[in-house]
Amino acid sequence: MVETTYRDALRQALNDAMEADETILVMGEEVGAYGGAYGVTKDLIKKFGRERLLDTPISEAGIVGAAVGAAMGGLRPVVELMYVDFLGLTMDQLGNQAAKIRYMFGGQIGVPMVLRTQGGTGRSAGAQHSQSLEAWIMHTPGLRLAMPATAADAYHLLRHSVTLPDPVVFIEHKSLYAKKGVVDFAKAEAPWGRALVRRAGQDITLVTYSRMVHTALEAATKLAERGVDVEVIDLRTLNPLDFATVGESVERTGRAAVVSEGVMTCGVAAELAARISEECFDFLEEPVARIAGEDIPISVSPALERASIPSVELIVETIEAMTS
Amino acid sequence: MRDAAMISNTPLIDLYRLMRRIRTFEEHVGELYVRGLSAGSMLHLSIGEEGAAAGVCAAMKPQDNFTTHHRGHGVFLSRGADPNRMMAEIGGREVGYCSGKGGSMHIADRALGHLGANAIVGGGIPHVVGAGLASKRLKKDSIAVAFFGDGAMQQGILYESMNLAALWDLPVLFVCVNNQYGMGTRIDHATRSVDFDLRAKALCLAADMADGRDVEEVMQKAQALADGARQGKPGFLSVSCYRFYGHGRMDKSPYRSAEEEEAGRKRDPVAWARSELARRNLATTAQLDEMDAAISREMSAAIDFTSNAAQPPLSSMFRDVFAPGEPEPEPVRTRLGRVFADA
Repeated sequence: MVETTYRDALRQALNDAMEADETILVMGEEVGAYGGAYGVTKDLIKKFGRERLLDTPISEAGIVGAAVGAAMGGLRPVVELMYVDFLGLTMDQLGNQAAKIRYMFGGQIGVPMVLRTQGGTGRSAGAQHSQSLEAWIMHTPGLRLAMPATAADAYHLLRHSVTLPDPVVFIEHKSLYAKKGVVDFAKAEAPWGRALVRRAGQDITLVTYSRMVHTALEAATKLAERGVDVEVIDLRTLNPLDFATVGESVERTGRAAVVSEGVMTCGVAAELAARISEECFDFLEEPVARIAGEDIPISVSPALERASIPSVELIVETIEAMTS
Repeated sequence: MRDAAMISNTPLIDLYRLMRRIRTFEEHVGELYVRGLSAGSMLHLSIGEEGAAAGVCAAMKPQDNFTTHHRGHGVFLSRGADPNRMMAEIGGREVGYCSGKGGSMHIADRALGHLGANAIVGGGIPHVVGAGLASKRLKKDSIAVAFFGDGAMQQGILYESMNLAALWDLPVLFVCVNNQYGMGTRIDHATRSVDFDLRAKALCLAADMADGRDVEEVMQKAQALADGARQGKPGFLSVSCYRFYGHGRMDKSPYRSAEEEEAGRKRDPVAWARSELARRNLATTAQLDEMDAAISREMSAAIDFTSNAAQPPLSSMFRDVFAPGEPEPEPVRTRLGRVFADA
């Protein structure tokens, strides 16, 4: 058990995976000498060389497309897409190619690649560098999707991602890189496809993932002081989605809210709210709440940026209204 | 058939046979479409482009990989595809190459190195960069060849891909089958820069242009570029030809004149090879007629094979979204049934 940051845990996962499997290579803009825009691949090039830490030109579609071909050709590429916002430049290669190749070709050819990227707010990075686009991925059959909230999950989910036979989109959160956590690097099993109850509670179920796990836990602590006992579920992977854990919880608490940084309309929160409403209808005391991002672009102003996504206060207010 | 195509400097008679098979396959698959036996609302035929497919594929080795575009039947046949399974796939049948899920524009066969046809213009081009990277890293001595049309010459992904291939010294060959039309838009309405080799040279690839009517010229130029690619010097070849018929089977080409079509169809690679064989005393008319007739019988049999083949079972629908062993997506009916189980 070691205390480490989310960033260092990710780097350790890449290091350990590359040591274990010679076919893994990391490719992307600035992953080599620069060490990654957020420092995740720092110094890996010293150990693995330019052959396995491929710096690329600024060609997002070409990089992801090349990774698709490399995966079909017997390698296990891990692509770093510097910002999730750049998906727009490469969505054909991800959504039309990587996601559909196995199915279109009748199961003959798989695409075992990992697309690492990061998203979310918190760095005053503006409208084109702060989005939460996980709904795009979740809306595309054929893609796996992991969004870790802690250093331990970052490590284990990434280690597991590079062993999978299908394309994985692995979305880190830019505001979590410096966050510390305890990691058991020796633990063999990854929590893939299994949600985790981060805080047990009796009165309401808060379903969330990525950075919002921490916001939700903070809100839960405040609500506990006011006598409301909140259960917080961290989904960890959105595809596969562990709905069993969510459903079991909601049937017990009778109330549910989904917290997501992504915009409210047609978002992950919308999908989960619909699913909870359908599957847990007979147990619900209140409508399922979507506590999600505003339907607006993210501003560079830190004040407007903060106000664009769910806050502890909004969660507390909403849950008080739902439980009073 | 396939072995003959693999030998460098393939004899003209074998190139002719390849091209005749493509022409006859396309004619028959067009009939399949008209008879309502094919799946998919679109069918893109490569009649007139046989020289590009046969010539380039004659310069490839058995271990080489390739991707094609939406008009790629000829390339796949040249690489040894079984016309029965190919036509069955175009007919959306279970015994087709992709179990009926891909069709004409998403056909693939790992065993023959076909990494996939593509219905997105330029979509399969970067895959050969990755396949080339894998070949280089895993020391497979294979090259990867991307086939695409002149329409893709105006797609950004081509330039990202060529740049990466040159930057990383990859065993990759880019082949533009320039049939003069991107759907209904003639090439001079799509770009002012029609000397495509210059674009590749600007990115430091070895590049050439070939006349698609002359399959031997195509083969020789492709061979030089493929040899270079195998040594880590990626290449680009633009093969000029004429798309004899419409964009799709039902397109009557109202956007071009009868005079232009007549002139274009004179650049017939199959007729050219046939006349060359006679001129060089390499085959008699009777021998060629016999060969053509045998090919016609083979392709007619492929139609029968397809029309007798079963549709894929509905149980296959949720298969292959993810790898075998992974849970299949839950059908909507099952989900709804669970929601309203008590109702």
